[in-house]
Amino acid sequence: MAKNEIKYLTAIKQEKPKKKFCRFKKYGIKYVDYKDIEFLKKFINEQGKLLPRRLSGNSLKYQRKVQDAVKKARQMSLLPFVTDLLK
Amino acid sequence: MSNYELMVIFTPVLSEEDFKASQKKYQDMIASFGGATVHSNPWGLKSLAYPIQKKTTGIYWVLEYSGPTDLNEKLKIQILRDEQIMRHMITKLDKYAVEYNHVKRNGGFAVKQKMEA
Repeated sequence: MAKNEIKYLTAIKQEKPKKKFCRFKKYGIKYVDYKDIEFLKKFINEQGKLLPRRLSGNSLKYQRKVQDAVKKARQMSLLPFVTDLLK
Repeated sequence: MSNYELMVIFTPVLSEEDFKASQKKYQDMIASFGGATVHSNPWGLKSLAYPIQKKTTGIYWVLEYSGPTDLNEKLKIQILRDEQIMRHMITKLDKYAVEYNHVKRNGGFAVKQKMEA
């Protein structure tokens, strides 16, 4: 048993992940504009794919609004369908 | 008279006055079909996220208008006939969208709360 290997009896308490909130409800945003690319970029990952709700923290109603705003932006080539190192 | 928003991508080889002429042409067409243009917002030359018809840049134009329900079909026929237009999209604006566009145009959004995350 290596000397410096410290065994903890109880697991180390990781810092609790920040409570996710739906930004649309909190800040009262009612419309997701498909032309506002900077805002939409918060909801897609580096490959340009949509972030799932568990990561973006959106409620279902607004996740769907984000989803078709991103799809409209992709259609009008404001956002790429697939890319790497988008940000 | 519901509200719509038309976004159009012209071919980049379009000259400035052609761009203005076709803007005017479509606005008059909407007026003749019984609609009313709320706001025209030409973005000008922008690089595309992916090449369309082998071109990597395009001239964007966003037009917000309101009109009767049968206006869009007539407008679509004219747009599809015009070969200067690479791609177009007509979106229906609900009341939140109209209010969003209105606020964005004059004064924009006052940053009441800094949006973190």
